[in-house]
Amino acid sequence: MTAGTDVAGTTTSAGDAPAILHAEGVTKRFGGLVAVRNVSFDIPEGSIVSLIGPNGAGKTTFFNVIAGLIDPSEGFISFLGERMVARSVRAWAEPFFWLAPSVVAAVVGIGLGSVGSRVGLDVAVLAAVLLLIVSLLTAIVRPPWYVRLLIRAGVFRSAKPNEVVNRGISRTFQNIRLFQNMTALENVLVGMHSRMRANLIDSAFRLRRHRREETEMREEGRRWLAYVGLEGRDDALARNLPYGDQRRLEIARALASHPRLLLLDEPTAGMNPVETSHMTALFGQIRSELGITILLIEHDMRVVMGVSDRVTVLDHGETIAEGTPEVVRANPLVIEAYLGKGAAS
Amino acid sequence: MTSMLASNPTIREARSFLRRHQSLSILISVGIIAALLPIVATVPPFSGFGNQRDFVGGFADAGVFVLLALGLNVVVGLAGLLDLGYAAFFAIGAYTFAYSASGYTGLDVPFWPMLLVGAFVAAMFGILLGAPTLRLRGDYLAIVTLGFGEIVPVVFLNASAFTNGTNGITGISQPNLYGLFGIHGFGFTNPWLYYFTVFGIIMLTTMILYRLQDSRIGRAWVAIREDELAAASMGINTVTTKLLAFAIGASTSGLAGVFYASKLATVTPDQFGFTVSFTALSMVVLGGMGNIWGVSVGAFVIYEIQSQGLKQLNNLVQTARLPTLHLGPVTIDWATINFLNYQYLLYGLALVLMMLLRPEGLFPSRRRREELHEVDIEPSEIEPSEIGPGALGGEP
Repeated sequence: MTAGTDVAGTTTSAGDAPAILHAEGVTKRFGGLVAVRNVSFDIPEGSIVSLIGPNGAGKTTFFNVIAGLIDPSEGFISFLGERMVARSVRAWAEPFFWLAPSVVAAVVGIGLGSVGSRVGLDVAVLAAVLLLIVSLLTAIVRPPWYVRLLIRAGVFRSAKPNEVVNRGISRTFQNIRLFQNMTALENVLVGMHSRMRANLIDSAFRLRRHRREETEMREEGRRWLAYVGLEGRDDALARNLPYGDQRRLEIARALASHPRLLLLDEPTAGMNPVETSHMTALFGQIRSELGITILLIEHDMRVVMGVSDRVTVLDHGETIAEGTPEVVRANPLVIEAYLGKGAAS
Repeated sequence: MTSMLASNPTIREARSFLRRHQSLSILISVGIIAALLPIVATVPPFSGFGNQRDFVGGFADAGVFVLLALGLNVVVGLAGLLDLGYAAFFAIGAYTFAYSASGYTGLDVPFWPMLLVGAFVAAMFGILLGAPTLRLRGDYLAIVTLGFGEIVPVVFLNASAFTNGTNGITGISQPNLYGLFGIHGFGFTNPWLYYFTVFGIIMLTTMILYRLQDSRIGRAWVAIREDELAAASMGINTVTTKLLAFAIGASTSGLAGVFYASKLATVTPDQFGFTVSFTALSMVVLGGMGNIWGVSVGAFVIYEIQSQGLKQLNNLVQTARLPTLHLGPVTIDWATINFLNYQYLLYGLALVLMMLLRPEGLFPSRRRREELHEVDIEPSEIEPSEIGPGALGGEP
């Protein structure tokens, strides 16, 4: 709660800062397989949190849930205190969904009443109005059962990946997914897509908004390339960049959307020790200079232990340990998960 | 030669000027081409093939296919959505004009505003078709668009109470300049007016498409083609972006349809069959997907080969008096062969050869060329080691 004062705070326990992202009981089933089981955790603002675990532990699945690529079977993600559901549907449709059953009840009531009007219309109307009031009250008190049904049926899906980006989360991929036949600068410009406003008309007639935006964004795009160490490679096709540079370009592309939270999926995979240490330094820089919170999936323990404020360990889809790197490293469950029972004893 | 040109300061300056003013250079180059083509038609050997007037009329028809190829290029070449029913939008544009300016409905809306209306109506249908296909990819998308392409002419054919069935709609109005440059109705006898009109339309379309290609939206199209998932994860709304590609492609086709209906004065359902979609697609593929100049030249060349080249081949073979071949049971009498009948066979051959020898098309965009000639091993294919060297860091 009081972490704000300790700005330099390399030693601040990151748990003090308010959570920028909160996962609540996230479960994902693929048919019979439970990839992620009831995972809850917080990412404190301004921290670097690592998610580790053996292969197949559900790290990437969980990552994809946050990024909006996969809908969780249960649970939800909230970011900056706001639950991540597809806003476009929710904002205008939700009141209707809440009211709909009440209206249906009332119509059915009146219908029944008029059919059996010998009973007396006023009795039926009275019953319908009562039903309406009761269902309205229950709807206000808590999201009713049918809303949960609708979520299950996919009406309120989680936010789509592009909406997730708009809210300030951007990501890189485990196996590099650059736009291979676009130049480095174009890749970064695509990363800025959500921040740009020029529409069809602006671009077709080269209106001021388009012209201003293009020059500004190209300028900024070059700065992002320089920031990750790719200055002068603007016009190189992504496919022709060396492996390490492609990883860097992916980070530049992700940063270009001005995220508050950066999701990095094994960013140092396949790199040599020198490249890895450069990369690790870059993470620290991104956090300290840009104030961006980082969630990291990583196998290389030197990276994880060196840079993380907190570490969460997943195994078979469940959280088995959580805490500072030192605490996690000493946890026998973690050692067992990685090296087997023998190693733990 | 080029280095000599480049070293000349005036030319260098002119070049950088044109590079900075892209739209102007497009207008100038399309203008130059438009001025040169009729002159080329008067030079041997072309002058021997027919008079200039016929050539110019043929060029105007070729322009319609250039427009079709330009629009299809947005959908297929940029956004990477395989559309096999593209002729449907051509039909919709043509019928839109037929309804608004013919004796059939009794309306007579002028041609020029109807260009925009036709484009708009076609765009709406583009969105209508796009919407259900958004979740589909590759082959599945192609099948659905193929279905749509078949449905539209069939509807125009069978809803005869509204479309006059097989006979189609006749007596469609010509463009009219209302006395500007001393020109009133375009009529049927003067192909020059149509020629310049279609070139004007191509000029503007090319300019707008160039601008779109080099913008936020154009980059989003290419990003979706390259990697849809990554594009979505970068904040691109893939739904609206794909719909926009469909709409832009369809509207260009609608423009072409309005012009075509007006030039021919007649629309019938059989003008918009699968062969049109297929022809437009092969123009895009042969010309070079994703490259605006490439597909335009591809469309023009293919149209001219189809309408002039094959006819001249007939003449050539017949005048050459080749000896009759006897290959066992088969006898080839060159004098009776009509190459026009083998048009689609030749298409097929050209496409197969092209895919084998030059899959990126005659005039590829730089991206496509890179994509289809992967000589160097992709760096990203190196498998990342699953667990880094120091899997558990310190002492366990």
